[in-house]
Amino acid sequence: MSDQEASQTSGVIKKFLYVNRRAPHGSNYAQEGLEVALIGAAFEQDVAMAYIDDGVFQLKTDQDTSEIGTKNFSPTYRALGDYDVKKIYVERESLEKRGLTQDDLMPLVYEDEDDDWEEKPMINLVTAAELQDIIEQSDVVLNF
Amino acid sequence: MLHTVNKSPFEKNSLQTCLRLSQPGSSILLIEDGIYGALKGSDAAANITEHMQERRFYVLGPDLKARGIDKSRLIDGIEIVDYDGFVKLAVEEPKVQSWM
Repeated sequence: MSDQEASQTSGVIKKFLYVNRRAPHGSNYAQEGLEVALIGAAFEQDVAMAYIDDGVFQLKTDQDTSEIGTKNFSPTYRALGDYDVKKIYVERESLEKRGLTQDDLMPLVYEDEDDDWEEKPMINLVTAAELQDIIEQSDVVLNF
Repeated sequence: MLHTVNKSPFEKNSLQTCLRLSQPGSSILLIEDGIYGALKGSDAAANITEHMQERRFYVLGPDLKARGIDKSRLIDGIEIVDYDGFVKLAVEEPKVQSWM
């Protein structure tokens, strides 16, 4: 195998962006998107999450599915930090349209290995203009 | 007549169409992702507030709880019902129309 081929099969890190636009419990999209993102992160890819439109409802605090008989995957979002996902982008316009603020979102954190494992917030509120650049700069965009 | 809406008003126009095509005096029950239509202060809230006078609005409690929406976040005047309440509404009203 040539050096070029080797570099293509191992050690290549791409920027993955998972775009989540669906509310959490009315369909499987939210849970599937989260699971696929965690798989991508386990393969040591550079994973970022974007929550847009009804996708922002996925990050709402206090979700409790005990009375609707489905799995409550809401606590799984806290695992993103453990899988080295450090960037969660939430579109500010989507939140405002739904009467929500950042206080309504789970306070997700990651431990920064470059800063004595200090816990740092993962959620960044971004404008649509900022999100345009984030999407443009990603190598792979996956939609859920 | 009882009308149920199970889609988010931010993603589909089911709630708008329900309100356009339901007669005054109807009962409207928001279930599943439809409960997001009951959020106070959202861009979709006017759909319901504009029809509050001539329709009764209900929202299914277990679906609110699943989505982490506290009752304090609902438009004033919307009544929360449990599954028994859903059945009661369906029995009381002569027909049920599901806007999906």
